[in-house]
Amino acid sequence: MARNWTDHTIEEIVGNLLIAGVSLSAFTVGVGAVIYLARHGLTPADYRVFHGEPSDLKTLSGIFHSARRLSGRGIIQLGLVMLIATPVVRVAFSIWGFAEEHDRLYLIFTGIVLIILLYSLLGSGSAF
Amino acid sequence: MNTLEFTFLVAIGSFFAGLVGSLTGLGGGVVLVPLLTIFFKVDIRYAIGASLVSVIATSSGAAAAYVKEGFSNIRIGMFLEIATTLGALCGAFLATMVSTRSLAVIFGLMLLYSAYLSRKPRTAEERNLPPDRLATRLRMNGSFPSEEGVRQYNVQHVPAGFSLMFGAGALSGLLGIGSGAVKVLAMDQAMKIPFKVSTTTSNFMIGVTAAASAGIYLNRGYIDPGLSMPVMLGVLAGSLLGVRILVKAETRVLRLVFSVVIVVLGAQMIYEGIRGRI
Repeated sequence: MARNWTDHTIEEIVGNLLIAGVSLSAFTVGVGAVIYLARHGLTPADYRVFHGEPSDLKTLSGIFHSARRLSGRGIIQLGLVMLIATPVVRVAFSIWGFAEEHDRLYLIFTGIVLIILLYSLLGSGSAF
Repeated sequence: MNTLEFTFLVAIGSFFAGLVGSLTGLGGGVVLVPLLTIFFKVDIRYAIGASLVSVIATSSGAAAAYVKEGFSNIRIGMFLEIATTLGALCGAFLATMVSTRSLAVIFGLMLLYSAYLSRKPRTAEERNLPPDRLATRLRMNGSFPSEEGVRQYNVQHVPAGFSLMFGAGALSGLLGIGSGAVKVLAMDQAMKIPFKVSTTTSNFMIGVTAAASAGIYLNRGYIDPGLSMPVMLGVLAGSLLGVRILVKAETRVLRLVFSVVIVVLGAQMIYEGIRGRI
């Protein structure tokens, strides 16, 4: 039963981790929203035509820069990046958990999932 | 419409999508994309990007409630996530190549299929199945607390479940939905995992699957902060409220109404897609 206990402990920590990630992200998005709406609230909204985002809102380095300049859209995007990163951190944490359990098979499976996630976030565009 | 009004209305719409989505267990994404494209005239690629972000938020936000129940099986989840994340990558790349009209039609078909799945009576659970060799080697068999005490279960048909999960991931990446319905189908119907374990494990997997395609959407410039902000905050608030009132609510009528709404939205997506207005 020792393993079940450990599995459950991992799940509990993972649950708290997810809540922390979502809360932090929602807070950041909220702060960005206030700045964004205060500055651009009265301009017309139009999403009919797809333009694609400028590079300072689609690459990680661009997002960090525009958030540091206190751009409302940049801060919102930073919050969204935190949100996308939350499940990635969760998977990374599971690696540690399976290592603690000396479960080599699942260490490999989790490693594969983490590589796929990191590729998507960092490697699929010109992220840096 | 100015940005303030637009943000406010989208937030209200997303709140109800999240609320009803979590009450019926179908997720907010399925109604969110038609809502944004048909009523708010948002380009479907922006709508999918925003929906994807909200899927991560609801899945992660609801996790706490599920974790305490102790039903989910992290081994099954992690193994199948290899399939869903690979599928999500393929779906997201496909989304950048497919025309918006085809996206609308595929989305409409997916809506009709979800409505069918949600109306179909669930087949009786098969219990006390013999252990499967592959599932045993992968250490997937587990137990969970049920009304009659701790119940053991033996997972079946791992390859079939794995393939279905790839499909679920691809749909998620292509359409920006959680595709929880297909995930539950794979675990509950194909792999014979008890329903409660399937739904809670599926919820855990949805966030990871969505994150795999969200990275690509972000890098491709499909995630707009001005649109994603009200969508994410609205859906998150709605679904958190939904989880709280779920225990008390009578969801049978609600599910019926929601299925009708989904059928109407699905038909409209297909119609507008064929006419080329999306």
